[in-house]
Amino acid sequence: MASILKIIAQRLALGVLTLFVVSVVIFTAVNLLPGDFAQAILGQGATEEAVNAIRKDLGLDQHPVSRYLSWLGGAVQGDLGNSFAQANFASFVGSDAGSGMASVAAQIGPRFENTMFLAGVTALIAVPISITLGVLAALYRNSIFDRATNILTLSSISSPEFFLAYILILFLAVLNPMLPSLSNIYDGMSFGERFEKTLLPALTLTLVVTAHMMRMTRAAIINLLASPYIEMARLKGLSPMRVIVKHALPNALAPIINVIALNLAYLITGVVVVEVVFVYPGIGQLFVDSVKIRDIPVVQACCLIFAAAYILLNLTADILSILSNPRLRHPK
Amino acid sequence: MMTILNLLLLAVGMAAVGWVFRFLGQKITGNKPYFRDMSFGVAFGFVFGAVVLVWLVWSYVLSHSSDPTVANKYFFLGKAVEGLVIFAIAAWIFRILGRSVGTNATRKLFRSMPLTASFGVLTILIYAFVAIFAGILAPYGQEEILGAANIVPGGNPAMGGNPDYPLGTDQIGRDILSRLIYGAQNTVGIAFATTVLAFFIGGTLGFLAATLGGWLDQIVSRAVDVLMAIPSLIFALLLMTIAAAWAGSEKGLLTFYMVLIIAVIDSTRVFRLARAVGLNIVVMDYIEAAKLRGEGLGYLIFREILPNATAPLLAEFGLRFCFVFLTIASLSFLGVGIQPPLADWGTMVRDLAQFINFAAFAPQVASAPLLAAGAIALLTVAVNFVVDWMLHKSSGLKE
Repeated sequence: MASILKIIAQRLALGVLTLFVVSVVIFTAVNLLPGDFAQAILGQGATEEAVNAIRKDLGLDQHPVSRYLSWLGGAVQGDLGNSFAQANFASFVGSDAGSGMASVAAQIGPRFENTMFLAGVTALIAVPISITLGVLAALYRNSIFDRATNILTLSSISSPEFFLAYILILFLAVLNPMLPSLSNIYDGMSFGERFEKTLLPALTLTLVVTAHMMRMTRAAIINLLASPYIEMARLKGLSPMRVIVKHALPNALAPIINVIALNLAYLITGVVVVEVVFVYPGIGQLFVDSVKIRDIPVVQACCLIFAAAYILLNLTADILSILSNPRLRHPK
Repeated sequence: MMTILNLLLLAVGMAAVGWVFRFLGQKITGNKPYFRDMSFGVAFGFVFGAVVLVWLVWSYVLSHSSDPTVANKYFFLGKAVEGLVIFAIAAWIFRILGRSVGTNATRKLFRSMPLTASFGVLTILIYAFVAIFAGILAPYGQEEILGAANIVPGGNPAMGGNPDYPLGTDQIGRDILSRLIYGAQNTVGIAFATTVLAFFIGGTLGFLAATLGGWLDQIVSRAVDVLMAIPSLIFALLLMTIAAAWAGSEKGLLTFYMVLIIAVIDSTRVFRLARAVGLNIVVMDYIEAAKLRGEGLGYLIFREILPNATAPLLAEFGLRFCFVFLTIASLSFLGVGIQPPLADWGTMVRDLAQFINFAAFAPQVASAPLLAAGAIALLTVAVNFVVDWMLHKSSGLKE
């Protein structure tokens, strides 16, 4: 048991280290921008004094290393700085810095919750469907059903997210008006309404991730079918369904859990495009908007959150696959 | 609510029919083993498949109905069925041709080919042809602004079309067909160049790391680990922001930066594979022999390692191309990828997307953005089919 804790602690430390290096990379990348926000917002004709005043208010005049440290220190405490674009410059130029500024955390908070809701709904739909389909495809392998699902899943993996999104909009929102094609979510919405608005983006993401998870489930189970204990179970006269569900599936769990976690990590990237298509007020949409207007604190914060979620899910996959495999749990 | 209820009713109905189907089969054939041992799942599967087939045929019939509201509603399904059948027949004919024409080696290849793979090969060939001869095939130039904007696709003057522009014109009056054709050149060409660059960077570094080992291997591997810890689309978007600021108003330069950025991001994945494959090859006896002969590093990498690593790298090239292609399409769709006036499918989808809302009463109008998105999807699906077949073949026929 102690050895497991040690392994997990090692992985966690490695994860924190990766996150730290990633934050350095993000910060350095953003600082490669020519000019700065003060110049961008005031335009070509700005006087030197005005640019300097804004620079001072925003802390852009300090050395990059000290700026990085203060940014990181704030980020650890949940303070991600202030959004440039939301700042009301007219009201505070020359006065105390920070008045009339919207904090990044306040902007990201509700959107983060929305994105998590979307990812959660997707996971709830996608995981059971993909495992069921994977088991069925392994059970009826090489049949017409297996080949048809193979073709369908391969097609849905390889289509771009926006293609799937527009196909779903076309059939489920425009031609057969069952679901809303715009996910305008606001505060004070009832859960049912919110769920209905989230359903179409969630279905799109489901199509994207189900395929991969289902194929891996099928492959993991089929890999095991040549094992002697499966042969034994068959010779005992168990039904094919029972052989797969009772004997093969528990042993295939490690790769399946791994691939589920990796796909949830993939959701993070997929979410950007899908949120833009459905105008879903999540973190992905905020990110793309901030990229377009070069709102650096928001871009930095979103990047960091995406990377953190990605690292966390990969870490979870790692740890779960260790926990579910006795051979890894007790290394020689 | 009604739809869910109807679907449940349908499922129960199909289950009942499946049971009856199996029962009748057992009775009529006098308990032949095929029906006797049929599990209920298989019987249900047959009924389900039959229902889907009937539904597809029925919607194809409805798409030619004389009532325009019904015909419009089933327009897309009808076209999808048509496209599926045409492509299946074309792939089938192509496979027959491949089996009877050509050298012995290619004939053998075509004999073992499933229909999906021959569909993939045919589609890739068509795309390559269109991309190479885009200048000759396209009726108009990609940046040419023609007479009228927003001409409806279909070429029927009664419905707002124009036979000169079979797929209509876009919001500022450029011919959509020409832009689709040029899109093959731009989108596919840029994606291809990016993939080649990614393979050049990642492959070289990977083989170098595998052969030399030591500190070079450590440094590059750790750098790759960090780059891979950031989701690729997010990282690409971040770097594109910076590139956009650097490029300023020079659109061509921005596209060039995009190629570099995506190539570097994707080369990390290639590096991983090339290093892993290289490490397995480096320990072989023939490498040892070459080293003892006193061969240089270049000879080792290009004459000894590379030829033995072709098969996995080739499959990876197909998959990597799909990823790069989709990333570029997504970036363009988000508005930070390939820049206008170059015709590009991702940008076209974004520009024309709002027309989808007209699908219920003017399906031709709604088909323009779907054509561009479909062009992207068709190519990636085709490449994936071919790669899937290659992997299946090289993995040996497992159960």
